[in-house]
Amino acid sequence: MSVVSTPAPPTGATDPPTLTVVPARHPWRWVGSAVALVLAAQFTHGLVTNPGWDWPTFAGYFVERSIVEALLVTLHLTLAGAALGFLGGVVLAPMRLSRSPVLRGFSWTYIWVFRSVPLIVQLLFWANLGYLYDTLQFGVPFGPGFVEVRTIDLVSPFGAALLGLTLHQAAYSAEIVRAGIISVDQGQVEAAAALGIPRLRQFRRIVLPQAMRAILPSAANELINLLKSTSVVYVLAIGEIFYQVQVVYGRNGRVVPLLMVATVWYVVLTALLSVLQFYVERHFARGALRTLPPTPLQRLRAVVGQRLGRTGVAGPSRGGGGPW
Amino acid sequence: MVRLRGVHKTFGTHEVLRGIDLDLPAGSVTVILGPSGSGKSTLLRTINHLEKVDRGTVVVDGQLIGYRQVGDRLYELGERLILRQRADIGFVFQNFNLFPHLTALENVAEAPVATRRLTRAQARERALALLDRVGLADRAGAYPRQLSGGQQQRVAIARALALEPKLILFDEPTSALDPELVGEVLDVLRDLARAGTTMVVVTHEIGFAREAADTVVFLDAGRVVEQGPPGAVLDHPAHERTRAFLSKVLT
Ligand SMILES: Nc1ncnc2c1ncn2[C@@H]1O[C@H](COP(=O)(O)OP(=O)(O)O)[C@@H](O)[C@H]1O
Ligand SMILES: [Mg+2]
Repeated sequence: MSVVSTPAPPTGATDPPTLTVVPARHPWRWVGSAVALVLAAQFTHGLVTNPGWDWPTFAGYFVERSIVEALLVTLHLTLAGAALGFLGGVVLAPMRLSRSPVLRGFSWTYIWVFRSVPLIVQLLFWANLGYLYDTLQFGVPFGPGFVEVRTIDLVSPFGAALLGLTLHQAAYSAEIVRAGIISVDQGQVEAAAALGIPRLRQFRRIVLPQAMRAILPSAANELINLLKSTSVVYVLAIGEIFYQVQVVYGRNGRVVPLLMVATVWYVVLTALLSVLQFYVERHFARGALRTLPPTPLQRLRAVVGQRLGRTGVAGPSRGGGGPW
Repeated sequence: MVRLRGVHKTFGTHEVLRGIDLDLPAGSVTVILGPSGSGKSTLLRTINHLEKVDRGTVVVDGQLIGYRQVGDRLYELGERLILRQRADIGFVFQNFNLFPHLTALENVAEAPVATRRLTRAQARERALALLDRVGLADRAGAYPRQLSGGQQQRVAIARALALEPKLILFDEPTSALDPELVGEVLDVLRDLARAGTTMVVVTHEIGFAREAADTVVFLDAGRVVEQGPPGAVLDHPAHERTRAFLSKVLT
């Protein structure tokens, strides 16, 4: 039997322009939306009318000086802890993938220990380092020392907190970075090696930027987690925001509005970090997508442009223009 | 230019290369044929030390690859020296292995900058010239995923040329391409051959071998079964296994 190509069969319809499209109906979607709206309205009503929230006190303290200063301490701990912890992860992850059993073992043990010890326990250990070691010496291992400092001078409460957060964070970051590294195609390293690109540059320029795509969503999770974990350092009497609101409500007894002050700040900071995440992820998506999705601002501009009767601003052109 | 002596390679218990001897003069084009699994890729990869040989020696341009010989001892080279040797040997992969997060231009300019042979500006200039040579000057700013398979492989060839290697190895450069894109890549290979580049090409494109190769090597089960000018090996194969393979490829 021979195969002969046949023209497409007639569709049985008349000319397309005479047909009208009737959108499908979704009644359950309407029911669901109504329930959600009612719940949201109830909740908002409660927030506004229940005097227990004590909004005037909240407003009085939200941008009060000591609160804002404490907020900066929280931000400082979060960003420094995340940056140093990520740096630690970037060192620990390749070690865990190394061919040397010693490096592998070291990295594995580190991750094991620091993921096992609760952050709060670890922080208390660092704060009490002076009890274990009165002085710290820098010099030849097991040999003579050159510099000697008192532990209390070196490890301030803030230092202890940052150290604890960093070491804790490094263990988690290491696993996230490792997940990113093993997600990169082996052929990439092979191509780089075939070109004679030095090992460190292979990692920094070829592997890590591609690994970032897989690293970033988890890293953002970790960052937001860390933001909240900084509240644990109140045990070291460091004036971060959670400690500070406790100090204030210890004085005036208005527990709920002050907890709300801390809560709203955490929510605002998480929102800011999420925006940052969007742009960083977009940056590392270069080349992974044929065209980058428009940013919210570009989308807004496109909509406004259409409203004003302009055309052709639906998306960013390839490679052209900044993220804005 | 390239001299292989008694090259052996075993993966686990599977002896993939069983004593390969080859001599490839400078400026020559060698096509390696052979059935799947016969060790063609492994052989190419031993030439730039992506695979370490178990026994035997590889010499490229008078340089022992991967080792330093002192008396009758071979000392393994450190990674830095091996990388330096590799920079003189281009490698083009079957599936391109372009860096997807870099533009075509950045892909080509990366190695000369990384190995500190050129400044960034010089490297970009040379990369543009090379992209022009493979007919892609207008796509310099494109990312690999925005290019067709044939275009990607041409960028990969430009990338391999960027270090001005003494020798370029091609591992089935057209096997991952749609049939209508094979021609544009083979055209580039023909140009290189005409310009006197020393090339070793693993391919099933018999037409290309006939036209561009100085020597055709037929590999089977880790041994060189026969080698010679394309006219001899392709038209009058001496061995039954070569004949059987060619009859499969040519139909
Ligand atoms: N890294 C490796 N580990 C184990 N076996 C391998 C490896 N690389 C190749 N082989 C095996 O070696 C044989 C030859 O492979 P290859 O050189 O890729 O053949 P060809 O390129 O001729 O198809 C195959 O049987 C393959 O499975
Ligand atoms: Mg192969």
